[in-house]
Amino acid sequence: MHIDELNELAEQIRTQHQSCQHCVRVCMAASCQSSGADDVLKRLEDAAPEGDQVQVKSVGCMGLCSAGPLVEVRSRGDDQPIMYQHVESQDAEEIMGSLGDSVVQRLECPTSIPFFQRQQKIVLENSGIIDPEDIEDYIAADGYSALVEALTESSPAEVLNEVNLSGLRGRGGGGYPTGLKWSTVAKMPATQKYVICNADEGDPGAFMDRAVLESDPHRILEGMALAAYAVGANRGYIYVRAEYPLAIDRLKKSIRQATRKGLLGANVCDTPFSFDIEVRLGAGAFVCGEETALMQSVEGERGQPRPRPPYPAELGLWGFPTLINNVETYANIAPIVRNGGEWFASIGTERSKGTKVFALAGRIHNTGLIEVPMGVPLREIVEEIGGGVPDGRRFKAVQTGGPSGGCLPAEQMDLPVDYDSLREVGSIMGSGGMIVMDETSSMVDVARYFMEFCMTESCGKCVPCRVGTYQMHELLTKIAAGKGTSADLALLEELCEVVQMTSLCGLGQTAPNPVVSTLQYFRHEYEEKLIRDEFVDMEQQTEEMEAVS
Amino acid sequence: MPLQRIKPTPPSDDKRWKLIDVTMRRNGYAGHALIETLHSVQDAFGYLDDPAMKFVASALNLPLSKVYGVATFYHLFTLKPKGKHTCVVCTGTACYIKGAGELIDGVSEKYDVPLGETTADRNLSLIGARCVGACGLAPAVVLDGVMLGKLKVDDLLEHIEKVI
Amino acid sequence: MIQTPTPNVRVVTFKIDDRDFSAREDETIIQVAWENGIRVPSLCYLEGLSVWGACRLCVVEIVGSPRLVSSCSTRVAEGMEIRTDSERLQAYRRMILELLFSERNHVCSVCVSNGHCELQNLAQQCGMDHVRVPYRNKVYQVDSSHDLFRVDHNRCVLCSRCIRVCDEIEGAHTWDSKGRGIDTQVITDLNRPWGESDSCTGCGKCVQVCPTGALVQQGTSVGEMHKDRKFLPYLSRMRDAQ
Ligand SMILES: Cc1cc2nc3c(=O)[nH]c(=O)nc-3n(C[C@H](O)[C@H](O)[C@H](O)COP(=O)(O)O)c2cc1C
Ligand code: SF4
Ligand code: FES
Repeated sequence: MHIDELNELAEQIRTQHQSCQHCVRVCMAASCQSSGADDVLKRLEDAAPEGDQVQVKSVGCMGLCSAGPLVEVRSRGDDQPIMYQHVESQDAEEIMGSLGDSVVQRLECPTSIPFFQRQQKIVLENSGIIDPEDIEDYIAADGYSALVEALTESSPAEVLNEVNLSGLRGRGGGGYPTGLKWSTVAKMPATQKYVICNADEGDPGAFMDRAVLESDPHRILEGMALAAYAVGANRGYIYVRAEYPLAIDRLKKSIRQATRKGLLGANVCDTPFSFDIEVRLGAGAFVCGEETALMQSVEGERGQPRPRPPYPAELGLWGFPTLINNVETYANIAPIVRNGGEWFASIGTERSKGTKVFALAGRIHNTGLIEVPMGVPLREIVEEIGGGVPDGRRFKAVQTGGPSGGCLPAEQMDLPVDYDSLREVGSIMGSGGMIVMDETSSMVDVARYFMEFCMTESCGKCVPCRVGTYQMHELLTKIAAGKGTSADLALLEELCEVVQMTSLCGLGQTAPNPVVSTLQYFRHEYEEKLIRDEFVDMEQQTEEMEAVS
Repeated sequence: MPLQRIKPTPPSDDKRWKLIDVTMRRNGYAGHALIETLHSVQDAFGYLDDPAMKFVASALNLPLSKVYGVATFYHLFTLKPKGKHTCVVCTGTACYIKGAGELIDGVSEKYDVPLGETTADRNLSLIGARCVGACGLAPAVVLDGVMLGKLKVDDLLEHIEKVI
Repeated sequence: MIQTPTPNVRVVTFKIDDRDFSAREDETIIQVAWENGIRVPSLCYLEGLSVWGACRLCVVEIVGSPRLVSSCSTRVAEGMEIRTDSERLQAYRRMILELLFSERNHVCSVCVSNGHCELQNLAQQCGMDHVRVPYRNKVYQVDSSHDLFRVDHNRCVLCSRCIRVCDEIEGAHTWDSKGRGIDTQVITDLNRPWGESDSCTGCGKCVQVCPTGALVQQGTSVGEMHKDRKFLPYLSRMRDAQ
């Protein structure tokens, strides 16, 4: 396929779409689906009039998951769509009846609220708009144009250059410059190279990658294909956690569709470039998100990390140079190649470019997915976009970065959210989970929760993480139960340092972070729970006396 | 001289073994397809027992201890049959903050089944999961494959009563 | 995992503990250190087997880098300045040993390897004389089903040497580990008693490479178990040459 042919096809599909007067979109992402979107969709389809006046469409995540099932109506000529929330199947007829002349006020979800207005969408630009199971919908939204144009008109080095210019940093947590990583793989002389998409999303409380995979799977395939072209790879793997069956299903379907259209497979667009993608499943191990463990798992082994260097870029899958990026990283690639690296670099802050998707959850009004430019203050995310803490309670902390991150208190609310600012205050961007906590959460309990997570997810290979997380969890349990002493707290802090500094992989190296950050900002909560030193002495004395007698 | 590969016979003439063979063949009986193969055994039979692991090991030319090692490393694989019904409580952060612990305690108490175990009559398994990715519905539970959200203990117990 | 040496590798110069050295760039820090009498502690590393990098006792500082690296898995590089014995490193190593001692039951006085045990020696070398973290107190079984050997999981430090020697040198892959995290345990075949193993050839290599009293010969009593690893360098070279 040539770029002109693709554009023509896109135009054709768009004209087809425009022939209908009203487009009714039903969110069929995991969250809305589990609140009954299936039935809503069926009833809407039944209630729709014959002919092509009204089109009922199942689409991906619209973002405001807590108000699901969500339905959106766009009528030709109106620039503002109408959004309905908490829709039930019996509302279908009423919605259909209202098309074109009124609004079902009882169900209306105001789109003028900051939740919708403050967002800027690149990664999620198609999410909630296109039908994720239909490649033509993606093509109509300029999909695959970046790939086809690059293959037929640019060299791999030119694609690489745009990614370098964009300043994009990895969205999987570490924030490593994507262009730099690509350049390293591109420079390797090997004949066989691999491209891997890390879709393991193990951070409990994060569901950004899931939404992208379920709502716009072709975007990932296009990003991976561009990456493969730039670095000289011809095989790709998507490693998805088995807990995401819908995403797996859609990815497999998309790969088949794209291969049939000649956009994947042998000699894409009649060029020498060939690229095949295979889906591999995880099986419930958080550590397999770590890149060396992930490769072990793709090879069918126990997912245990190995020391780096050598990095995957030199020695990866089956010993060949391998590029590993996160889902959201790949999701940014097609827009960057399409619009140029400079366009992307104009969004965000000095050292963190572009936008970031966050999953808002916990004690917050609007739970769901948002995409904002890097550098937006935390306060704006929590109070305005998120709508603040419900039930008249008081905000206490927001947890970012999951089990590798930290808890930020109210004093840090004016912090701009970007890689470096978050690191400076003792947390990390992580993959983008944000859990809001109110005064009812005890910070010692929260730290213990994350330590329990790390303990059960530790692969068991290296000593500091395997035994250290166990011992730290024991100490936290003891302190949480009001049985700890100041000596226990000191030992806990010492363990934090040893585990951070000596563990083999990122899991162990970051496992103490939730403890360290809660100690930094909420130390009093720990101290209040300790047995006071004078009582410790007394207890010891009684024990000694009992031993003597 | 490499020895001729011997194609092992499945542990029984159950038709489901055909499905597993399809998975292995699609991957060229390569050892790196172990995890995919174990997934398909578990999808078909619900769990992995010794005969199944032995069969997979010889079909993929892998050492027994390696198959066992992989099967026990990944928490989604289980070597014990599950109950007739499964109640998977999400213990991700959002669900934890919103009371997943109480849901577990509630079910645990009423049906006398600790987390990760199955009731004595093999009717109900209570399982904890790491983030099912439905944080917007916290606390979330997957009961016999159906996702339920924003639950209180009583709601959940009612739902369970209905299915079992 | 670490590539095999290629014929024309460069020679690089670097410093270890303020002394100047030069070596081939495909040598690891621990190799150069040991050749020159610098005793970097280690437990999982064993020359002749693949690098595992798990005990973390061999971590060293690289001047200018915030991270510590394991010297068994890191190669020397031009201009590198390595510190192997700072106070901080000593403290970390002691804590790692304390963690190991707390994980299972290591009562030396009743152990057949008493006096010939690498864990015991490391505790002495690193000055770890008491354990401040609480003991886990979990009792593991002892498997005496094999005619010649015995495995006592209470003494296992999960260094994976037995797994590697059985897979890489003997080629039987009788050993592997099951579970993960603190529940990891070494197993033979499908987690069956060792004596019932079909794949075990009874060669005893695993026993000889085991650093503690976890794998021992039957019929030895306290302090009697000596390990003999002379076979390893030779077999390893022959395997590589194949
Ligand atoms: C314990 C652990 C878990 C991780 N989990 C994930 C994950 O679920 N998804 C992900 O994309 N990256 C994860 N990472 C980061 C990856 O190792 C790797 O850095 C990332 O996939 C690189 O992609 P990026 O450069 O696009 O961010 C994890 C790292 C560690 C140490
Ligand atoms: S840090 Fe933890 S997860 Fe990483 S290798 Fe060590 S034991 Fe495994
Ligand atoms: S000897 Fe290097 S980590 Fe064990």
